[in-house]
Amino acid sequence: MGLLSKKDAKLILDPLSDNNPITIQVLGICSALAITAELEASVVMSVAVLFVMGVGNVVISLIRNIIPSRIKIIVQLIVIATLVIIVDLVLKAYAYELSKTLSVFVGLIITNCIIMGRFEAFALGNGLWRSFLDGIGNAFGYAIILIIVGFFRELLGAGTLWGYPVFGDAIDKTGLYAWGYENNGFMLLSPMALIVVGIIIWIQRSKSTHLIED
Amino acid sequence: MDIKSSLHQIKEKFKGNKFAPAFNAFHTFLYTPNDVTKGGTHIKAADDLKRTMNMVILSLVPCLLFGIFNAGYQHYAAIDAANGVIREVSLFGNFINWENFILGATKVIPLVVVSYVVGLTVEFIFAVIKGHEVEEGYLVTGMLVPLIVPVDLPLWMLSVAVIFGVVIGKEVFGGTGMNILNPALTIRAFLFFAYPTWMSGDKVWVHGAVERTGTPEAISGETILGSYAQNQEIMYSLYDMFIGFIPGSVGETSKILIIFGALFLIFTKIGSWRIMLSTILGALFMGLIFNQVVDFGWITETSKFYGLMNVPFWEHLLIGSILFGAVFMATDPVTAAQTLKGKWIYGFLIGFISIMIRVFNPAYPEGVFLAILLMNVFAPTIDHYVIEANIKNRLNRLKIKSS
Repeated sequence: MGLLSKKDAKLILDPLSDNNPITIQVLGICSALAITAELEASVVMSVAVLFVMGVGNVVISLIRNIIPSRIKIIVQLIVIATLVIIVDLVLKAYAYELSKTLSVFVGLIITNCIIMGRFEAFALGNGLWRSFLDGIGNAFGYAIILIIVGFFRELLGAGTLWGYPVFGDAIDKTGLYAWGYENNGFMLLSPMALIVVGIIIWIQRSKSTHLIED
Repeated sequence: MDIKSSLHQIKEKFKGNKFAPAFNAFHTFLYTPNDVTKGGTHIKAADDLKRTMNMVILSLVPCLLFGIFNAGYQHYAAIDAANGVIREVSLFGNFINWENFILGATKVIPLVVVSYVVGLTVEFIFAVIKGHEVEEGYLVTGMLVPLIVPVDLPLWMLSVAVIFGVVIGKEVFGGTGMNILNPALTIRAFLFFAYPTWMSGDKVWVHGAVERTGTPEAISGETILGSYAQNQEIMYSLYDMFIGFIPGSVGETSKILIIFGALFLIFTKIGSWRIMLSTILGALFMGLIFNQVVDFGWITETSKFYGLMNVPFWEHLLIGSILFGAVFMATDPVTAAQTLKGKWIYGFLIGFISIMIRVFNPAYPEGVFLAILLMNVFAPTIDHYVIEANIKNRLNRLKIKSS
């Protein structure tokens, strides 16, 4: 990559695979379970987290030298809270229906351990550009899992994708439903999100065996 | 050359081959293996895992046969009932006959076949990939699964559930012997939550009731538990319940055959009588508590719990599948508690919680499988504390002696 040095590119690419925040570090599981029943909600959630992490990491990196270390957690929380409120208000203004489905979970981005973790582990000790890359890298790593889980849960659970019926109409029995196919209601329940994430972890680890620890 | 020695020769020839485990599975199913320990004294016994599993299957066969007849009988009885004809059941008259058998067999045998073919295929695939021998655990699971589902369950749903149950319920933990949850119940739980319209309600329990919904030929498929949960009158006598002439999952209805199966398992020392007995005690205890609550007048006829709470405590054993669960599910040696004291606690809580779910949650009248799965999860914890308590007791004894 010409734009990014090798070291910088690693910041973005690592969280996508070998250091994925969800499948390897197992952080941010609560939101991955709660809002992935629909693809649309997972995408919006991913975008929100992308914004909060990108901007948050930059802000923390900018003020990292003037934060007194005794109150750094509070400062971090204020930064996240501010950004989350911005996201929440934007959603309420432009996508009201969706913000109702996401309900408390937008607000709960604040408790998403990935964000706090990156602030602590990276932004507090690195420059602006690298912090930004790390932020969006981790957000993409989070997003990719959320979208995969959301895709399968909505497809198998409700038979739709982004709200559009894929397999035909479940009530009028058209398309696949005419053959006796039925939606898998279990997919819409949270335990199944956990199992889908588990299967992703399984596949990832059997592909890249160096991740397996004893 | 007889089959036995030629099979042994094939085995030697293809040793180390990728598909050797698959061959060995069939081989040991037919004959005891030829590789034996040499030198020294050792216990001579042929009851390996495969023989043990076969014993359990044998004890399930009567339930399966009865289930086949009952599937046919319930269908015709429901049609009669819809036409206003009240049937008087007689075992050798209108129960055991060709009509019932043929209808039942065409519904039940496919369930058995699909369960075994799909489940064993998954097992073989895993054995070949992982390079270990095929484990026998699925032999019993494959027989249990058709017995605990409604007769009209679509076969593709069963296949999906079996794949899920075997992969997620068993193989990810390392196969037979390592699983936390009972695979057969995992399969049922998956079906229950994934396709609730096919696993609960007042239609699915009798063949044909679903297709006929809304037509003039509509028939009822309500179970006794369902009727109780809606505070309705029960049309079945205690005799019907005991012999099993009632609608329900394929193999769970006949209490007397389940008791025979239980005696067989206890006699061959395969099933733990402690778990069976304590499960029943737990169920009776919870039933008694509910009866007392009704007697004290805390729950009146207006309550939605009244129907099930007012059931005499011993009758809980005759309705639903508590007995089947206690005998064939709770006693699964892998997922049950291992310590003797632990078995009592484990069984008691299964019975206790089963009846509690049954009464308090009309949406899950059949709470037995949930109770057993829950206690499967807690079994290691129970064992842990039983062992800790033992250690503490012994240490105390030592102290008293030395002081």
